[in-house]
Amino acid sequence: MAKYLLLKHYRGIPEPVPGTDVPMDRWTPDEISDHIAFMDGVIDDLKRRGEFVDAQALSPRGEFVRYDGEGRPPVTDGPFAETKDLIAGWMVIDVGSRERAHEAAAFLSSAPGPGGRPLHEWIEVRPFLTDAAEVTG
Amino acid sequence: MTQAGRGLAAGEALRTLGPQVLGVLVRRGADFATAEDAVQEAVLEALRRWDAPGGGTPADPKGWLVTVAWRKFVDARRSASARAQREIRVTLEPPSGPTEQADDTLLLLSRCCHPALTPASSVALTLRAVGGLTTAQIARAFLVPEPTMAQRISRAKRTVTGERFSRAGDVRAVLRVLYLIFNEGFTGTAGDGAGPSAPVDLAEEAIRLARQLVAAVPDDAEAAGLLALMLLHHARRGARTSPSGELVPLDRQDRGRWDTAAIAEGVALVQGALARDRLGPYQAQAAIAALHDDAACADETDWPQILEWYDELARLEPTNPVVALNRAVAVGHVDGPLAGLRLVEALDAGLPRRDATAAYLHERAGNLAEAARLYTVAADAATSTAERTHLTTQAARLYGS
Repeated sequence: MAKYLLLKHYRGIPEPVPGTDVPMDRWTPDEISDHIAFMDGVIDDLKRRGEFVDAQALSPRGEFVRYDGEGRPPVTDGPFAETKDLIAGWMVIDVGSRERAHEAAAFLSSAPGPGGRPLHEWIEVRPFLTDAAEVTG
Repeated sequence: MTQAGRGLAAGEALRTLGPQVLGVLVRRGADFATAEDAVQEAVLEALRRWDAPGGGTPADPKGWLVTVAWRKFVDARRSASARAQREIRVTLEPPSGPTEQADDTLLLLSRCCHPALTPASSVALTLRAVGGLTTAQIARAFLVPEPTMAQRISRAKRTVTGERFSRAGDVRAVLRVLYLIFNEGFTGTAGDGAGPSAPVDLAEEAIRLARQLVAAVPDDAEAAGLLALMLLHHARRGARTSPSGELVPLDRQDRGRWDTAAIAEGVALVQGALARDRLGPYQAQAAIAALHDDAACADETDWPQILEWYDELARLEPTNPVVALNRAVAVGHVDGPLAGLRLVEALDAGLPRRDATAAYLHERAGNLAEAARLYTVAADAATSTAERTHLTTQAARLYGS
């Protein structure tokens, strides 16, 4: 088994599929609840398969922060400029293969949006580096 | 009873007795950190012995635990330092009665809510030392790894261990911590599972602790007010989320699903507290919750009387912006949404839920476009996914209309 991080972005992703980038507050209330129900279903499905590790959503409100020297307050840069990559949330899954990780990500990306059509949202898939050294014999 | 069933029953009994025994040790002058460790060891020994074949629960379980815990405490202090040994009174005191129990509860609660502790530390220590929860359960409730929670608790124990335990501290500080625990349970999400890290309902835990506090300080009107407030809010819990987990606002809840027994108890408590004529913020908030619970439907809500209570609350807490924001909603219902909006607009722009409240009042005033825009802004600043979904859906509803 190997762990993968599936990242959802607010922005900073490749070009969306045309017609799918309608903000959620312009969907109908039913389209929103269908979308949420689908996402909950994805998590339930991963749990049933014994592949679920974690899922979290992030607020778009945040800042970059760095050290500015002894005794000085930290430097902040925020709110984020429109051009910056912005992570919306993640899932961590523990799966048997890279193919299975891609399959799970693609399923997540098929979540319904306006008109019940798949959103085709880009999902970033990142393998975890493991602590264990590989046994090469 | 099965072996597992017996273990469960003993575990439940020990969860109640553990904090009582800790109270006895602390009252005898034991330092908090060592006493807490000693009680944990005694509880573990009880679990081993009482459930063993040929074992069984002793006739006086609490007396047994006090004896064993005290012995473990003395052993720990002996091995810790010879100097400390001189400070310990090793004679066993007579078994404690009901009055002492109440005093012990208050003593423990006020230590766990000591002003030297951060709110998060007080919450964790209270749940462990007075609530009798395991570290695993507390960690789970706050979604942090168990070693993190263990460390938070042991740091908190070290902080309060230098403090003398002879006198109960400020009941106000205890009320604040219990209210924090309740709110965590109110907004947090429950998990699933069983065993020693079985999920706990923090709202119910807070109510349990508040009951213990009210029993310990029966004349404190604010303690009763807080318990009433919790019960009156907890009564609506079943109606507060839809089957798919979405938030249902108060005015759209199915009031048939409210817990009428909890409402009746809360109303009786707040009436009893108010009769003492020592009004405080928890009683005022409980009175407001009682008025909401009393309405058969949202349209029958007695807003003028609710506004009177918000006026009282604003007099008690004139600098609390959350009170000012909630009062603006009541003003919006009594004097019209524009009057409410004028009050909201005078509040700090960064105040949580300010935009959501303004959106609600704009919608009532018929400014649907502005309401939708503000719901979207509020969703962007939401602090929970359920709240964000709810606010986004509100915006979507208005944009679609």
